[in-house]
Parts: sequence; structure tokens; C-alpha cells
Amino acid sequence: MRLVDVEQEQEVRIVDIQGGKGVARKLQQLSLMPGDRVKVTKRAPLRGPLLVEAHGRSVALGRGVAAKVEVEQISS
Amino acid sequence: MKIALIGQPNCGKSTLFNQVAGYKAETGNFPGTTVKYTESKVQVLGEKVDLVDLPGTYSLTGTNLAEKEVLRYLASHEVDVILNVVNATQLMQGLELSLELMELGKPMVIGVNMMDEAGRLGYDIDGPALREKLGVPVLPLVARRGRGIQKLFTTALRIGNDGQGSQRIPFQNPSLEEAIADIAQHFDGKIEGWDPEALAIRLLEDGEEMQEQVEKEVPRVVAEIEKKKQAIEKELGKEPLWAFSAERHILAQELTEQVLSKGEERMTWQARLDKAFLHPFWGYVLLLIVLWTFFQVVYKVGITLEDPLLAAFNALSAQLSQWIGSGSLLANVVVGGVQGIAGGAAIVLPYLIPFLVGMGFMEDVGYLPRVAFLMDALMRRLGLHGKAIVPFILGYGCSVPAVMSTRTLEEKRDRFLSATLATMIPCAARVAVIFGLVAYYLGSQVALGIYIYNLVVIAIVGRLLSNRFLKDTPGLILEVPPYRLPSGRTVFHKTWFRAREFILEAWPLLILGSMALELANHYRISDLLNTLLQPVTWVLGLPSAVGMPLIFGVLRKELSLVMLRQALGVMDFSNALSPVQMITFTIFVVFYIPCLATLAALRREFSTRDTVLIAGLSVVIAMVAALIARGFAYLIAPVLSFQI
Repeated sequence: MRLVDVEQEQEVRIVDIQGGKGVARKLQQLSLMPGDRVKVTKRAPLRGPLLVEAHGRSVALGRGVAAKVEVEQISS
Repeated sequence: MKIALIGQPNCGKSTLFNQVAGYKAETGNFPGTTVKYTESKVQVLGEKVDLVDLPGTYSLTGTNLAEKEVLRYLASHEVDVILNVVNATQLMQGLELSLELMELGKPMVIGVNMMDEAGRLGYDIDGPALREKLGVPVLPLVARRGRGIQKLFTTALRIGNDGQGSQRIPFQNPSLEEAIADIAQHFDGKIEGWDPEALAIRLLEDGEEMQEQVEKEVPRVVAEIEKKKQAIEKELGKEPLWAFSAERHILAQELTEQVLSKGEERMTWQARLDKAFLHPFWGYVLLLIVLWTFFQVVYKVGITLEDPLLAAFNALSAQLSQWIGSGSLLANVVVGGVQGIAGGAAIVLPYLIPFLVGMGFMEDVGYLPRVAFLMDALMRRLGLHGKAIVPFILGYGCSVPAVMSTRTLEEKRDRFLSATLATMIPCAARVAVIFGLVAYYLGSQVALGIYIYNLVVIAIVGRLLSNRFLKDTPGLILEVPPYRLPSGRTVFHKTWFRAREFILEAWPLLILGSMALELANHYRISDLLNTLLQPVTWVLGLPSAVGMPLIFGVLRKELSLVMLRQALGVMDFSNALSPVQMITFTIFVVFYIPCLATLAALRREFSTRDTVLIAGLSVVIAMVAALIARGFAYLIAPVLSFQI
């Protein structure tokens, strides 16, 4: 599953970040790495960005970026 | 002694700097507000200290120019103490940077800032335990209220005088430590300022910024680094960069778990605010309401002050002119000077001050990143991502920081495109023209119309330019900080910080320019310049006397309006310009050639060639945009009951 397809208020775990070094590195700088739990708190309309929360920090991610983030459901 | 302030964006580093050094750094509740270093000499316990405010950086492995500069600075200058500011509400992320900084092996102190905010979130941070685990002094801080600053600096000074460097926490994976040791042995003291192990880690990760120097001074190590990198990748299945950062990431999480306990969260209004302000429909409605209110306030305050002030200065001019002998050169020059003073006091400042207060408030409250979130979908249609909104928004204040802030964008293409477009955003100087001319004579709706038209033109230009050198951009990645109640003090200082630039730099120029214009009028030089600019003024349907103010406008955009009054020889613009002419003139002024200071900033960020290109392009855009507006104004004139 990709992060871009995750519904609002859902929490998932990052499995992998695909597509070149650039995106993965930028996400790493914001402390988003494989293994982390992220929650999608908002989805902007008109194919706008997603607002995700991880480790108490909110980050806005464009759709293109979110499409490169592979995630999995967290089994509760 | 040199103390460098380092921290992630939004950790309150600049706030701390300003508390200590007295408002010299620009702050804002927006990642990446500080793009240049601000240095200040301060007294700590009777000792002179150089305090340097570095741009906020998430990590030392940064990919953008601003972040690379931070590392280069740490390496090239003799920084005695690293003062690392960590945001208590984002302890885990902050510690990742702290761990990287500790690897540099310099004396270091950590200030955990925003303890009050963390308390409201129900966080309890065990400072002494953290100190124990890191082996670096850790002190609590509420920079905004000035709490903990004294102790932090006393400690920094003591650590600096001891000269005892920090000890990094070893990596768990033995292969990583082995590689570091093998590479480090080549460097002992060979690269100035660098701890050998720190440099080894840097080079194994990437170390682009150091590559050249290392190749020159220790050439034989280059091949070995490559070999080690490949060996690590083969063994761990990932590049060293990821192996190192994953270890720091996990260590920071473990540390956070050990020292931070979460109580009951007492703050839910943040989420409630976002529910409204980021709502897929109401968010946009609120955005419009915010902008409209902002406009109305600036307009109402400005117009209330402009009328009486202008009347007073005009009376003074008439008196002076009569007293010296009207029509004489001296009287004209003196009146020119008074008109220059009047231009600043009556036309510029009444709008500029409320504008800056409003901007400062919106910045500090944290609304701007939300605007970026809402606008990303639209920005993408310009070929840019939402992060490029930073230069755009800063552009409403001044184009110079707007151009400089493009440094936070990774791609050269994004930087160039957003700088080009950001210079077309009407800055505070152009606010004077829009409000002083259009809003004053034609009403605030028309002024708002100009702002919207401006955005439409920028959108079209962005679209055209990005099609020309289209390349897929990675997209928006932007931290959205919590809302914060701005303190009146910071907003006041920020306003003063920005208004000062007008008062000290532009206003004298305005006064001198007005006097020079009188001289030029007297010796008929202005006729020559007006004739030269005739092709432009004729096409735009403006009086040819407008030519000279347009030339002066390149120095400072306000000059074009203030001098226009003199050039036309009227006190009241409506006696010399029709509403359509006012609109045409204003549109042209908004778009044509960026002011001198902006041109200089562009040249610094890009090249002379690019700067000439941007300036040339801006004239073409200004002409086309003004002509279209002119035609449009004729069409809507009957509706708004203007006279043509």
C-alpha cells in the first residue's frame, strides 16, 4: 500500500521509500524513515498534499512524494 | 570566543539569539526563515562573545544550499562552542541532529527550548538523565520568555573555556566503527578544524562539500573511502548514509523513550484550529477572509492617516515656497525635499506599518505553512511545489529575502523559477504604490483586484516558463509547526526591523531623489529622459512625464509614486491621471525591473546573465500585463463608474 492511498485519521507504518535518493533523504532529514509510524491527519482537496504526523511533528507531503512511500497496516 | 547557535527549523534559535543580541535576526513560525548568518557581539559574564545564528537545519547531511553552508561554516570557521537548541516538543527529531553535532567533537551545550509548550502537551523531560546519557550539558529553556538563557550561556562559556570536546556515542554496528577508524587514521590534523573521525563519518556518508579539499590534501584516501562504502553496502544491504542515519534515528528514539514521559495532553485547541483552517472547503473560505480582513485593515489605517498628513505637508510646501519666493530654483528644491519627506511620512509609512504588523503576526502565529498546504495543488499547476510558497510569501514583505529564501529549494530550476516569480510579487514598497494610488483614488476593491490580477499573471508566466524547462519536481515536503500566540514584543521588533530599512535606506533616497527631480526639471534633463522612455509611456497611454519617475523607480519602487506627483506637477493625482491610467501605471510598476537591491540579491544567488534575463523578462511581462489591464479597465470602467 502507498501512503498516498491511506485514508484520513489512519495510522500506518513506513516500509520503504522508493524512487531515487532525493525523496528518501529529505524525509530522513525530517525524521521519517522505514519502521516509523505515521498518521495521516489531513488530505487537501484538488489532489493537494497530505498532512502526516510522526513522532509529534506534522509534515505536509505532496502527492508525488506520498506515492513513493510504501506503507503497511499496523496490526493492533 | 565564538558560539554558534545550531538547531532544527522552528526550534526557537533565532528567538534565543534575539533575546541575547537584541533583535537582529528575522524570526518566524516557518521553517527556514533564517537564510543568512547573523553575527553579534554580546557580553556574557564580562566576557566578549561572538554569537552566530546559523540557518535552521534538520540534519548535517543536508541536501540544500542553506544546509550545506551550515556544515561548511562549522568546518571553516573556528567555532569554539556549539550551542544546540532542541525543541522540547520534538525531542526525538532534535536529538538526531544533536547526535550528528556530537560527532564533530567540538565543545557543545544543548538547550531544550519551549519547555512551556512541552508542558502543555503533558511532556515531562528528564534533563539530568539526558545529560548523563549524552555526556553533554543539557539545560531547560523558554527562550520566548527569557527563562534559562543566563544559565545556558554561563555553561556555554565554561565549556568553551575548558575546550573539552563532546564524545560521540559509538555506532552499534562494528563494521561502521571499523570503517570510521580506518579512514580517520589518514587525517590526523591534516584537514584544519576537523576531527578525523567526524570527517571520516562525513565522507563515508557523502561529504560532497569536503570532497575537493580531501582530494587535494589526502588524495590516497579517496579510493579507500569508495572501497569501504562498497564493503558496507555489500554487508548491510544499504549505503553507509542510510546505515548511519538509521542508527541515529533509532538511538534518538531510544533516548527519547528513556527521558520523556507523556502525561495527559492538555492542548486540543491546536487540532481544533486545524480542523477549521485546513478544512477542504472552509479552509479556503477562511484564507480569503483572512486576506480580505488584512487588506481592509491596512487600507483603513492607511487612509485615515494619509489624508491629514498629506494636507499638512502640502500646506507646509506652499508656505515655504511662498516664503522663499515661488518659482525660484531654491524654492523648488526645498519643496522637492519636503515632498520627499511627505512621500515617506504620508504615503508610504501609513500603509507599510500596518502591513508589516499584519505580516509579522501571520508569520509568528504559524498560519503561513498552512497556506502552503492549502495552496500546493495550485502551486503545482505553476510547475512549482508548495514549498516555493515561502519565497512568494516573503515577497509580500520584500523581494530581497524572498530571493534569498529560494536557497532552501534543492533544484536549480526551482530556485530560478521561484525567484523570477517571487520578484513579481508586490513587495511592501509596491504596497505604497498600490494603496497610495489605486486604493486611495479608486477604492480598496480595485486594489484587491490588482493583487488578484498579479497572481493570475504570475500563474500564467509560471506555467509558460515551467513548460519551457519542464522537469518533474519531487514535490512538497514541509514541516507544519504548531500554532503559537505571537508576543507583541516580537511582532513589534519585527515590524521595526523591516520598517527601519525603509526609514534609513529608502527614505533619504526618496528625499534626495525628489530634490534631484526638481533640479532635473529646472535644467530640462527630465525632458530628455522622458523622450527616451516615450515609446513605453506612449504604448501604455500614460503622460510622457511618467518616464522619469519610472527610471527612479528602479532604485526603490516607492520612488516612482512619490516622484510622480512632482513630475506631473499636481498635489492630487486625479487631476492628472485618469483611473485607467492609474491602473495601467500601477500594474507596470508592480512588474517591471526589480529594484536595485533585488537585482543585487539575484546576482548573488544566480549570475549576472540570469539577472539580466530576469530583468529583461520583467519589462516584457510588465508591458503585456499593463496593456491587458488597460484594455480590461476600459471594459469594466462603466461598471465601476470610472471616468476614462
